[in-house]
Amino acid sequence: MAMSNEQSILHIEDVYKSYGDKLILDNIDLSVNKGEFCTLVGPSGCGKSTLLRLILGQEKADHGALTINGHAAGYPDTERGIVFQRYSLYPHLTVLENVLLGKHLSKRRWYLPWVASQASKDEAMHYLDVLRLSAAANKYPHELSGGMQQRVAIAQALIMKPPVLLMDEPFGALDPDTREELQLFLLELWDKEKLTIFFVTHDLEEACFLGSRMLVLSQYYADDRGEVARGAKIVSDYALPSVALSTEIKTSSVFQELIGSVRQQGFDPSVLQHVRDFNLEHPDSFQTLLDQERSG
Amino acid sequence: MKTPILFGLNAKPTPLLRVFLAVLPFAIAIAAYVSASNARLAENSADKLLPSASQMTKAIDRAAFKEDRRTGDYLLWKDTASSLKRLLTGVGIAAFLGLLLGLNMGLFKSLAASLSPFITVVSMVPPLAILPILFIAFGVGEFGKIVLIFLGTFPIITRDIFLATKKIPREQIVKAQTLGASELAIVYRIVLPQIFPRLLETVRLSLGAAWLFLIAAEAIASTDGLGYRIFLVRRYLSMDMIIPYVIWITCIGFFMDYLLKQLIKRKYKWYLAAED
Ligand SMILES: Nc1ncnc2c1ncn2[C@@H]1O[C@H](COP(=O)(O)OP(=O)(O)OP(=O)(O)O)[C@@H](O)[C@H]1O
Ligand SMILES: [Mg+2]
Repeated sequence: MAMSNEQSILHIEDVYKSYGDKLILDNIDLSVNKGEFCTLVGPSGCGKSTLLRLILGQEKADHGALTINGHAAGYPDTERGIVFQRYSLYPHLTVLENVLLGKHLSKRRWYLPWVASQASKDEAMHYLDVLRLSAAANKYPHELSGGMQQRVAIAQALIMKPPVLLMDEPFGALDPDTREELQLFLLELWDKEKLTIFFVTHDLEEACFLGSRMLVLSQYYADDRGEVARGAKIVSDYALPSVALSTEIKTSSVFQELIGSVRQQGFDPSVLQHVRDFNLEHPDSFQTLLDQERSG
Repeated sequence: MKTPILFGLNAKPTPLLRVFLAVLPFAIAIAAYVSASNARLAENSADKLLPSASQMTKAIDRAAFKEDRRTGDYLLWKDTASSLKRLLTGVGIAAFLGLLLGLNMGLFKSLAASLSPFITVVSMVPPLAILPILFIAFGVGEFGKIVLIFLGTFPIITRDIFLATKKIPREQIVKAQTLGASELAIVYRIVLPQIFPRLLETVRLSLGAAWLFLIAAEAIASTDGLGYRIFLVRRYLSMDMIIPYVIWITCIGFFMDYLLKQLIKRKYKWYLAAED
């Protein structure tokens, strides 16, 4: 069933994950192409961050295959960049040092002093310029606002040019205006630098606005397994019109309708779609259901 | 509405008043001492218990600025140098090893599993209770005293660094891995610099204990040192010497604490910002 093609940068098949005896992720299948801006939404606590941690290599799946760029995903490395909601910056380093950190860590032995080449410095300043942070280059993270800190964290990850950039609610702690500003920044960067992004959020509007592809993860669904403990599955997979570089679309009726239907399919515990009827319209979408899940 | 300057929850003392309030307890303590001393000396001019300021000045002069008749040393400075050498060596080694061990235990779970219970138990051993063992095992020379100071401060420093290291968010370590960091780089280039101000803080708090063990060791077996001198002249009831020595020790302790505090304040602003 797996439709792995050479375009696919991230491939997940039959992945399960539980904590203790609580099943969180239940047979997840996903294939993401290069250049995709993939957003993942779902009810609070459904396992979005868990899935992201599996992709990142911070945790191991109980079962199933997870490949990045064609080889099995191991512990965190430079193949995957990450921006967390908090704690992404190192408090003892200035903004510029934070951005340059990847250059130092990946290129120099641990006991050597950190000296950046002019080329690295220029590159770091380029990213700081793009994110309008040049004036803050020599400040420490505690001197920055939350929005600025997250922009630095993005620059810090981007300078490594990771094949996939993972983001876990990176704008979750920001006020609405800053949030919107950073959304636009990120879209611009994605477009310009041809990034592949996997973006977790619990904000539906954000997911619809940013994504070129939107996945909904939810534990609210039905199948034919009878009375068993179910974990979350990908219940919808939308292809979205890519790049809307204006926030006006957020108020359009098509947009609002989409949000409404996703809210019902994924977030409403009383609406249980059957696994056979999931809305997996995206061309890369695939599903490896077990017989007991759909027989009946 | 008038803000009271002295009484009540809303009171805001002016800067000048603050200085006055700070000096007041010292002034009262000194005044109480002087009047008690005067009263006793008026009754019996040979009384040794509460020496007058001039008697103490003479004693200081003898100890600090005149060669000792027997040894030819300036006693106060020689005692200070010997004591400081012991104190700083003991605390320095404890800080260095405590940092290394606590840091690695905080990051490597198997090391923590193996050493954490051991260090917890060791930290329960009252160091003064094993002082005789130290003197029997290492003799009464410098080494035994340094070991005592080391044993008295090392477990606490290690535990504190261990706990501080464990509090470093997991996200930071994962992030470093995605930036290409090796394990050693994570330990010594990412986590260590963040823990370092915490080490200074811990050392600051350990200095009190270190002084206690230093004075105890010197009192029992030594030929010089601040603690040795105090316990030596006690035999002659030389309060005129003991009191200035105690004040001197207090000043040194205060100064070291102040130095460390200033170092943290100047060099580690980000650390203080994260604390509050
Ligand atoms: N280390 C862990 N040990 C035990 N249970 C865990 C652990 N991490 C997560 N869980 C549980 O797994 C479930 C999914 O957690 P996860 O953090 O992935 O949710 P989420 O979808 O990211 O939620 P949110 O929107 O609140 O961030 C939750 O019920 C959580 O309690
Ligand atoms: Mg989460």
